[in-house]
Amino acid sequence: MYRRTFTQLAAAAVALAAGAGMSLAQDTIRMGAAAPQTGPLAGGATVTHWPAVRLWVHQTNEAGGLQVGDRRMTIELVEYDDQTNPQQAIQAAQRLATQDQVDFMVAPYSTGMNLAAAPIFAQLGYPMITGTAVTDQQPALAQQFPNMFFVLGRTSVMAEDTAHVLVGMRDRGEIGNRVALVNVADAFGIEMAGISRGVLEENGFEIVYESSYPLGTQDLAPVIDGAKAATPDAFIAWSYPGDTFALTDQAIVQNFAPHVFFTAVATAFPGYAARFGDQIEGVMGMGGVNADDAAFQAFAEAHMEFAGQAPDYWASAATYATLEILGQAIEATGSIDRATVLAYLQDRSHEYETILGPVNFNENNDNERYWTVGQWQDGVFRGIAARGRDGAVAAELFDGWN
Amino acid sequence: MSGTDWRNLAISAALLGLAALLPVYGSPYWLTMGTTMAMFVVLATSWALFSGPTHYISLATAAFFGIGTFVTGLGFQSLPFWVLPPLAAVIGAVLAALVGLVTLRLSGVYFVIFTLGLAEMVRQVVTWVQNQTGHRGMYVLTSITEREIYWMLVALGALVFLAGWLIGRSRLGFALRIIGNDETVAKHAGIDTALAKVALFMVPGAVAAATGAILAPRYIYIEPSTAFAPLLSFQVVIMALLGGTGRLWGPVAGVIPFSLLWEAITRQAPNQTLLLLGIAFLVIVYLLPGGFVGLWERFRRRFGGRT
Repeated sequence: MYRRTFTQLAAAAVALAAGAGMSLAQDTIRMGAAAPQTGPLAGGATVTHWPAVRLWVHQTNEAGGLQVGDRRMTIELVEYDDQTNPQQAIQAAQRLATQDQVDFMVAPYSTGMNLAAAPIFAQLGYPMITGTAVTDQQPALAQQFPNMFFVLGRTSVMAEDTAHVLVGMRDRGEIGNRVALVNVADAFGIEMAGISRGVLEENGFEIVYESSYPLGTQDLAPVIDGAKAATPDAFIAWSYPGDTFALTDQAIVQNFAPHVFFTAVATAFPGYAARFGDQIEGVMGMGGVNADDAAFQAFAEAHMEFAGQAPDYWASAATYATLEILGQAIEATGSIDRATVLAYLQDRSHEYETILGPVNFNENNDNERYWTVGQWQDGVFRGIAARGRDGAVAAELFDGWN
Repeated sequence: MSGTDWRNLAISAALLGLAALLPVYGSPYWLTMGTTMAMFVVLATSWALFSGPTHYISLATAAFFGIGTFVTGLGFQSLPFWVLPPLAAVIGAVLAALVGLVTLRLSGVYFVIFTLGLAEMVRQVVTWVQNQTGHRGMYVLTSITEREIYWMLVALGALVFLAGWLIGRSRLGFALRIIGNDETVAKHAGIDTALAKVALFMVPGAVAAATGAILAPRYIYIEPSTAFAPLLSFQVVIMALLGGTGRLWGPVAGVIPFSLLWEAITRQAPNQTLLLLGIAFLVIVYLLPGGFVGLWERFRRRFGGRT
């Protein structure tokens, strides 16, 4: 009986294999995308990555496709799950390129997966415009992978700007000198905490409480407890999604309400607002967008309609922008030849119109105009600090979990 | 050496040559697949060297592998690359000896759980050290190509097979088979069971660490959560058991079909990979309880070959 089941399974597999790989009329552009649908980062990818990618494909096809020379070409998207596993990310990129023979590839989700897949993109000449890779190694990476572009910005700058927001508030007399600084104990948290500590100490702040917790810690009550006991004016947490929620939860439970409450990744997620409602009015977080900009609002509305969920106020727009940039480069060259498109992207004089505003790349393939710090104000996560972007609003004092 | 030995040696050499030439005749796609397979061949074969005869199921592969990636991550700028895999192997072996001394007195499920916890423990220790020293994320940017990584893995694989063959013929290998059949009998026969087990446990530890060191340039960005991912330990066990641990070539016979199956499933049903993989695994377990080695032996018995 098992044998028969197995034979049927095998037959089904063969039938499937035969069915794929057809329909290759060249009025479509085949695009490949591999990102987490399972594994530790699946949660983040389903908020930030997948809806933005699918939305762009949907909208482009609705509009009749891209204008490539004298042809209109629609987009066909081939998706794979990289299981949040660098090994699988490498294999998926290789498979998309050599087996599915896609014309272009969407960059994966997260710094780790992007870097794992980067050699394959580089080797096979695919432009790699990343929307979720944050690193401080752009110069070295751009040298190694001249096809790799960075839209989201630099982590070190975000840590600096967060500290500068505090300095500004202190200089205006809104808050005192006492800061509680905590971080998730992995490369990201350690690095960010180190940078912000440096800026704060330079500017005469006193770090009254400092602590870290392992990634995946469920119970953050002791951290909030310790921070509260130190009576800081500002609380800065370099946290990941899970702990961002847990820290906020505990702060509400213990009614820990300093004048500045900052948590890092996922503070800009729609799920954060959905979970805590208007209690988070005044909470600060990493990233941000110009939420009052018409282009972003149109994107948010389309995202809501298409995916049934709002975009996050940070990397969703950056992910969407990576595809806008790619699409514009294809249209401008009138070609789906990768080398031609890549050469266009590598010409630094070009500028792209995106929902983030105009984007161009510097000599390190780096976008120098991006949002660094945001704050929940009137139910919207607004950018309060940015590099090279207009529309930042003034930071407000956090006035408690109401 | 007998005639059979010479024949096996010739077959092994031919297969090794065929594997080593993959970058020459294979497409880039097959090189990428081949690199993944070579990694699992090395890990599963070395795993089976210890766990096959002793029946101790070790889930510590990820711990040693992760340590190896960190050895490269920390050392590739100050040391020549060829030093790193051997260095990682030494560190892996020492750690395996320490762990072995503590845990190999445990048996059955206690040992399994401890080895599973080991990867998590090492990950937390590494994270803690990074936190204390304010260490940054690690980028292993080198000029090492996939082809070179593949060849290093094939070479390591050849060493593992050689070691396995030598151990199989040695007093140590004999002692371990006795331990696997009945540890009490082994003790009464005068075998220092603890020493024998620790000595052999060092082999998979060293090999997994060296594998991690070789693969670090492939991942480029080294972070504890991916370097110590527990899934790796399970994959190695599943592949080794699919092949069967009774023969040296057993794990290879598991790795290759399993990798191809995984790839086919990922390709055809990208959204249901893990689900279909689970179903496929159940089918395999029901059909092939002894792995492919067991199937082969049954086949030979039925059709009158030598036993």
